[in-house]
Amino acid sequence: MTPFTQHCGVALPLLRDNIDTDAIIPSREMRTVSRSGLAAGLFAPWRYLDADARTSNPEFALNQSEYSGASILLAGDNFGCGSSREHAVWALMESGFRAVIAPSFATIFRNNALRNGLLTVALAQRDLDELVAWVSVDPAANAIQLDLEACTIESDPEKEKKVFSVDPTARDMLLKGLDEIGLTEQSMDLVSRFEERDQARRPWVYLGSD
Amino acid sequence: MGTTLFDKLWQEHEVTTLSERQSLLYIDRIFLHERTGSVALNGLLERQRSVRRREHAFCTMDHIVDTLPGRGDDTLMPSGRDFIVATRHAAQETGIQLFDIADADQGIVHVISPELGIALPGLSLICPDSHTCTLGGLGALAWGVGSTEAEHALATSTLRVTRPQTMRVSFAGLLGEGVSAKDLILFTIRELSASGGAGYAIEFAGPAIDALPVEARLTLCNMTTELSAFTGLIAADRKVLDYCVGRRYAPQGELWDQAAQHWQSLRSDEGAVFNQEHSFEIGSLKPQLSWGTSPQHCVDWDDAIPHASDAPDALASAAWQRAQDYMGVTSGSQLSDYALDAAFIGSCTNSRLSDLQLAAAYLERTGHKVAKGVKALCVPDSGQVKRAAEAEGLDDIFRSAGFEWREPGCSMCFFAGGESFGKGVRVASTTNRNFEGRQGLGVRTHIASPLTVVASACAGHLVADTTA
Ligand code: SF4
Repeated sequence: MTPFTQHCGVALPLLRDNIDTDAIIPSREMRTVSRSGLAAGLFAPWRYLDADARTSNPEFALNQSEYSGASILLAGDNFGCGSSREHAVWALMESGFRAVIAPSFATIFRNNALRNGLLTVALAQRDLDELVAWVSVDPAANAIQLDLEACTIESDPEKEKKVFSVDPTARDMLLKGLDEIGLTEQSMDLVSRFEERDQARRPWVYLGSD
Repeated sequence: MGTTLFDKLWQEHEVTTLSERQSLLYIDRIFLHERTGSVALNGLLERQRSVRRREHAFCTMDHIVDTLPGRGDDTLMPSGRDFIVATRHAAQETGIQLFDIADADQGIVHVISPELGIALPGLSLICPDSHTCTLGGLGALAWGVGSTEAEHALATSTLRVTRPQTMRVSFAGLLGEGVSAKDLILFTIRELSASGGAGYAIEFAGPAIDALPVEARLTLCNMTTELSAFTGLIAADRKVLDYCVGRRYAPQGELWDQAAQHWQSLRSDEGAVFNQEHSFEIGSLKPQLSWGTSPQHCVDWDDAIPHASDAPDALASAAWQRAQDYMGVTSGSQLSDYALDAAFIGSCTNSRLSDLQLAAAYLERTGHKVAKGVKALCVPDSGQVKRAAEAEGLDDIFRSAGFEWREPGCSMCFFAGGESFGKGVRVASTTNRNFEGRQGLGVRTHIASPLTVVASACAGHLVADTTA
């Protein structure tokens, strides 16, 4: 997975609560058994006036030139709720997004993001409002700087850096770009020992190899 | 101090702690489907990893496969065939049990796993699908994950999980006639909000829950993901044991006795402390209907649609307005003012045998037919449900009332890219999500119980059955 240490980029505000994964990437845009080829489907219901003809909706921020190259998404509460599709994270990353900042996230989305190197920052509404205000003045010039090492967000130089908190294991994984499966595979002896104990306790769980 | 059911289940599956809040949990069962499971299996094969315990992994075809009679590998979704073929191939390569299209037990993943005794009380079960929480209705620790997490579980029989907090939602009183588990969960979402369960494992308890049949408990827990909760749970009782006994993958004989005894200890102790508690008196609960594009946008079926200006804050107010515009409804009006174009009985929420019996009983009792111009569909959840319904003659009742009778699958619960109701079409639906575009571009979904959907289909507009 792609490590995340620091990132500076244009931020795009999409201030709606409960942005669900059907809106981030509709099922009809997931056309192949693959993790790629998803970028054009990102936010398809909102970014196109006609999704089939790909007629873009000029009112949607993603289509506006001042947000071109945006890599940080500022969103409302409970971002990524709904379907578990990891394609939502893949579509965001393929479109160049490296981080999402919102008051809260749906758990499956946050877990999916973490496993792919997309940083999710849960930020208090007041701090988020400040970021939005700063960005909106001049999106292209007023970039946002994220530092995962220090857990800080830098925006308006007149203001203090905002500090965010992140689960220490998640932070470690992101910083090092760890492959979780590889990591767990190093503990397989623990798993086998658990199974030995557990098989005595809950023998009905083990269906026995055929 | 007592221990909660969730904490007991967590302890039972904890291989080791990884940090203060994260543990490595043992995963007893893994279920996959051709929509997201195919990606996980492919990822595993690409990285030359194998399924560590293939006897604990299962797969079904439900999401993309058509539900029209005579279906095969070709689908109305343009590239659907690729998913089906890839899933079949990967299941063969990895040696896991697949319930393929023609299999007698094929059906929606969260429905066939209890039917076959793959999901059982106390077992941990994951699936790359958010409605895996359905199985909490049996007292299983079951939750939805992404494809990469599913790969992790397949390769290692474990997952790294951040421990959620615990919440208990208690219901006092008993549901009235014609009010169902679906109404109960819609009401709960409306009260706690679509993010009200974020970060929590929610145990449902109280007299109303004790009185619920097992299938209704599955309906209730199915929609805990609509609260953004980690999962929902109901302690297994005698009813659940009676439901599970004798199922194909359930333990038999002495092993069953041992399991059943253990499962009875899996309940929250007296005095167990939860991080959050809610209680509701539901004796006078009315049938619920959604008016907007989030499951929290619900009202009592005969209440007025709220004004956007009454929303709690500016963001919500804008969301309410956008939802009303999308749905083509106006504040102050009642849902019964709106003519219906379609009715859908289906999905892992509400198309089990008991749901179909209830809807068919309404048709028999009233003699009503589907109103003119309304497209009505009934899609049983699984092969088992379909055969049981046909044995009782329910298919004839549905057909002669004007419903289409389909093959099992997710069907139009969501829009895969093939079949859809069409732009602007107003649907009364027994499904779980009314998101924009969920059932197809521009489709206007009103979620409700099977009884409300069948009554609305016959009336030609949204209405609850209050004659029961
Ligand atoms: S029926 Fe609907 S909610 Fe259930 S698994 Fe299928 S698509 Fe998901």
